[in-house]
Amino acid sequence: MNDPLIRVDGIAKRFPARGGAGTAVFENVHFAIEQGEFVCLIGHSGCGKTTILNILAGLEPASEGYVFVAGREVNGPSLDRAVIFQSHALMPWLTVAGNVAFAVASRWRGWNKAKVRAHCQRYIDLVNLTGSERKRPAELSGGMKQRVGIARALAIEPRMLLMDEPFSALDALTRGMLQEEALRICRETRQTVFMITHDVDEAILLADKIMLMTNGPCAKIAEIVVNTLPCDRNRHDLHRHPHYYRIRNHLIEFLVGRSRAFDEEAAARGYDPRHPPVVKPGLGEAMPEVSGAHAARPQPGAKSLRAVVN
Amino acid sequence: MKHAAGWRAPALSAALFLLFLGVWHALTLPTGAQQSVDSEYARLVGAAAAAGQKSAMPGLREVASKIREHLKEPFYDRGPNDKGIGVQLAYSLARVIAGYLLAALVAVPTGFLVGMSPTMYRALDPFIQVLKPISPLAWMPLALFTLKDSSVSAVFVIFICSLWPMLINTAFGVASVRREWLNVARTLEVGPLRTAFRVILPAAAPTIMTGMRISIGIAWLVIVAAEMLVGGTGIGYFVWNEWNNLSLTNILAAILAIGVVGMALDQVLARLTRLVTFPE
Repeated sequence: MNDPLIRVDGIAKRFPARGGAGTAVFENVHFAIEQGEFVCLIGHSGCGKTTILNILAGLEPASEGYVFVAGREVNGPSLDRAVIFQSHALMPWLTVAGNVAFAVASRWRGWNKAKVRAHCQRYIDLVNLTGSERKRPAELSGGMKQRVGIARALAIEPRMLLMDEPFSALDALTRGMLQEEALRICRETRQTVFMITHDVDEAILLADKIMLMTNGPCAKIAEIVVNTLPCDRNRHDLHRHPHYYRIRNHLIEFLVGRSRAFDEEAAARGYDPRHPPVVKPGLGEAMPEVSGAHAARPQPGAKSLRAVVN
Repeated sequence: MKHAAGWRAPALSAALFLLFLGVWHALTLPTGAQQSVDSEYARLVGAAAAAGQKSAMPGLREVASKIREHLKEPFYDRGPNDKGIGVQLAYSLARVIAGYLLAALVAVPTGFLVGMSPTMYRALDPFIQVLKPISPLAWMPLALFTLKDSSVSAVFVIFICSLWPMLINTAFGVASVRREWLNVARTLEVGPLRTAFRVILPAAAPTIMTGMRISIGIAWLVIVAAEMLVGGTGIGYFVWNEWNNLSLTNILAAILAIGVVGMALDQVLARLTRLVTFPE
């Protein structure tokens, strides 16, 4: 079997505490992301989601464990992995085109101006910002700024996109529109994505796999939920699908209750952090991971949610 | 409301100015009454003033005609003690600009390096804190002794007084560049030099320019005092020389000129600051 694009091997982050061993924000985190997969990480604030993303990006070192991208260990940031920051992180002294061009010129140092401009234009058009190229970030709305952030990240044609709650600072209408666009772009480009969110509906709409993280300290990945909705789902008829509420209830039940007291549950069940249980709401028992599972079709007469969880 | 405020402030300014001129004029009117005056003083300030018929303080009309005189021929040069006010201002400006540019050449790169390294920032902080409050004129004897040239010493004094605001602001501006912009550069694998010039410099430019604006103001304040000490040329020397000549009219004209040039310098720097400022 091929190596996954990303393999995370037992990473932990500890902060030194006064007198003695530091407390771990999270530990023993193992997971893998396949080429072309859209993976969401969901959990309460403070469980170290952003730290995990920063470690994947190479911006922060892990206290323990390793991250491999296509079999090679990560030891710093790379153009392989583009980051979309929560706060968009645009440079306010550059125009929209200038912000994207800064990234493109960093990726392809030898390109001349015309080539850089043409390449930037493709991605500015892709995120529907045609006509705003000469504007500065201060003249843009929050949604438009985040579009520029997306264009900047995609323009360097990374192997992997890392998104840190990219839509959380936006109003509900703009968020919905951008989610749809993200879905369209990711389908068109077959982009591999790792996204952090605490919006359950966002995760169900976008992700192929949803990783559930327990509360910190010593947070870990409790479960991997496979999205059993059809691949061509969209925001408008998502909630009509019979699996939608099964997935949604499962996620909410976890966030509200199980994420807090997961340790007891884990002890009772023989939880192995190296292979967190894979759950397919609406598709029967929890089962070991099967490749290509996200392409599975919904089945009528699936067992109830309780049966799946326990 | 907004419309009304448009002309109110200038009108009030004009009224205050007229009031000031009026008070000045009233206070310097000849009194007419005879007074007994110390004879030494009488010899110094002229018989009419000593007799009390005329105020020793020059009147409005005298100062106005003196200014007109200076404006008519600002650049004449009739020997070391008789140069036009324009020539003297030019000497002062040349010293200020030379000292200021030297300071910028040292302070901006140094501040940049200090701001990039938190260790350097903390290590150099005590030195800066001690050196900053020293009056630049205190350096004058040391400068005269080591440089052995009064004109160069004046430039040195300007250099040392312009240095600290630029250095501190540059270091602060560089140190407080937003983490996320640096992270963007890191994820794009941008080299350190390109990061310095394409990310840190534009991000810190408004803070750096603010330091440069503070510096030019201080430099223009200090040059007058420095030139009073070193003598020879410059607007400070001109003021001191006219004091020795007891020409208060010339001193008032020079004070006005110093103010106007100082304002112009500040405006140039303000314009430059606006060029590099970005709206967030």
